[in-house]
Amino acid sequence: MTLKFPIYMDHAATTRTDPRVVEAMLPYFTEKFGNSASRNHKFGWEAEDGVEHAREQAAQLIGADAKEIIWTSGSTESNNLAIKGAAHMYARAAEGQRGRGHIITAAHEHKAVLDPCKRLIGEGFDVTFLTPPPDGVITRAMVEGALREDTILVSIMWANNEIGTINEVSEIGALCHERGVIFHTDATQWVGKMPTNVDADNIDLLSWSGHKIYGPKGVGALYVRRRKPRVRLEAILDGGGHERGMRSGTLNVTGIVGFGMACELCQKEMEGERERLFKLRRLLETELMSRLEGVQINGHFDRRLPHLTNMSFGFVEGESLLMGIKDIACSSGSACTSASLEPSYVLKSLGVGDELAHSSLRLSLGRWSSEEEVRYAIDGIEKAVNHLRTMSPLWDLHKEGIDISKIQWQAH
Amino acid sequence: MAYSEKVIDHYNKPRNVGAFGSSKEVATRKDIGVGIVGAPECGDVMQLQIKVSDSGVIEDAKFKCFGCGSAIASSSLATEWIKGKSLDQAMGIKNTQIVEELSLPPVKIHCSVLAEDSIRTAIADYKKKNGLLAEATEGAAH
Ligand SMILES: Cc1ncc(COP(=O)(O)O)c(C=O)c1O
Repeated sequence: MTLKFPIYMDHAATTRTDPRVVEAMLPYFTEKFGNSASRNHKFGWEAEDGVEHAREQAAQLIGADAKEIIWTSGSTESNNLAIKGAAHMYARAAEGQRGRGHIITAAHEHKAVLDPCKRLIGEGFDVTFLTPPPDGVITRAMVEGALREDTILVSIMWANNEIGTINEVSEIGALCHERGVIFHTDATQWVGKMPTNVDADNIDLLSWSGHKIYGPKGVGALYVRRRKPRVRLEAILDGGGHERGMRSGTLNVTGIVGFGMACELCQKEMEGERERLFKLRRLLETELMSRLEGVQINGHFDRRLPHLTNMSFGFVEGESLLMGIKDIACSSGSACTSASLEPSYVLKSLGVGDELAHSSLRLSLGRWSSEEEVRYAIDGIEKAVNHLRTMSPLWDLHKEGIDISKIQWQAH
Repeated sequence: MAYSEKVIDHYNKPRNVGAFGSSKEVATRKDIGVGIVGAPECGDVMQLQIKVSDSGVIEDAKFKCFGCGSAIASSSLATEWIKGKSLDQAMGIKNTQIVEELSLPPVKIHCSVLAEDSIRTAIADYKKKNGLLAEATEGAAH
């Protein structure tokens, strides 16, 4: 097999749509193009059949009932609907008052969870942002310690998008069920890659997104539990009352059909794929750690998604490292790769230290990642890190035996 | 982010990378001025060393840089520009000239500022070592 450049190692950002998914979608653009809400002609029925079949496929992937799936535009919307929708529905006090209820989440969640929570603070809710421990794993005990009599919602992601760490989700779900608190999980990085069962895992609300599971962009789903307990949400979008009133708007039929197919393929191929990607990641990590000194894996070593690694290459700045491996598409937690000039808040929240956050690289493998690609990446990263270390004043100081954290730097 | 060709060229073939000795050695050499600016937690550290002749001309310059491609290019370019210049001439180099030469986008202007600072700090260090400043402005001390 010949390598195709650039090599894609950023599957946590998005995935290529599987050609089998595209094929399933195509008829819904030009032939079965009806509005799934049209009840009185064939076009509508065909579209509705496509949507309902996809709902079954999506539900199966997470062990849910098809009636419990709400279509959205992606995880951002699913998270917003889950968090704001539950908060508004279960609020302890009316709008305009304070003390409307307490919500628990964590500081290293995705912005699509943090920002809805922050907005709720402005609306009179209290939010606890748990500080993750250095290994990044949120445990049942941490959530238990933060629970209050007025806690109405807990939102803890299943696996973290930057470091791949896996939280104690089923344990936290069990705790929430014991205490009668609604439990939402942003499972964007988890579902489709790892086995999921909303009953066994005690989930009430679960968000996931098409484009992270080899489906199309702009389509997602929210699981909303219907029994034990029956979870109700206040809609964000008002309109035609689609999706049991929880999400109005003509359905994105093509996207939904693709989403369903993507779910089915993930379910079929998950077992072998997990194992294959785990081996590739192990190769990547062990080779880089043996060839280079001063390399650190961020987040809990074992409780991590099998296809993702976040590594810090000490004394080397992340953006310059990305520049040295131009033919490998991946991402860095360095400030320079963001508009904010702040290094990754996720790594910062673990106490990784700003300097190592600036030196971090996230590599995430996927369906078409091959051993040759991984070997190419290992060589490329090794070469780039060595090139940059010959230029790095910090590397020199380190080699002279000087602890750079003890130096008084002149910050600007 | 797309880099200008000049930035890429400096990144691939940095000019004058290196040092005139370990940090301890250069600290005691009177013909060498050292400027270290920035901080690891900010994501960039530049180290510029200048070797100054008896007649006050920068004979040679070496840099090391921990930072993004634009930071590396800015410090690499700075060494090229100051070589052969008198201390006063080198003091006249402005960050805006670096921005222009490397076509740095607005978010990278701080890299050029850092390069200008490193020149000033290295010159101040040289002057201080040689008693040319009454009370030298403190450079990036360790
Ligand atoms: C954990 C997590 N949550 C939410 C999102 C947002 O998903 P979407 O782009 O589908 O809105 C992402 C993807 O960027 C993610 O990784």
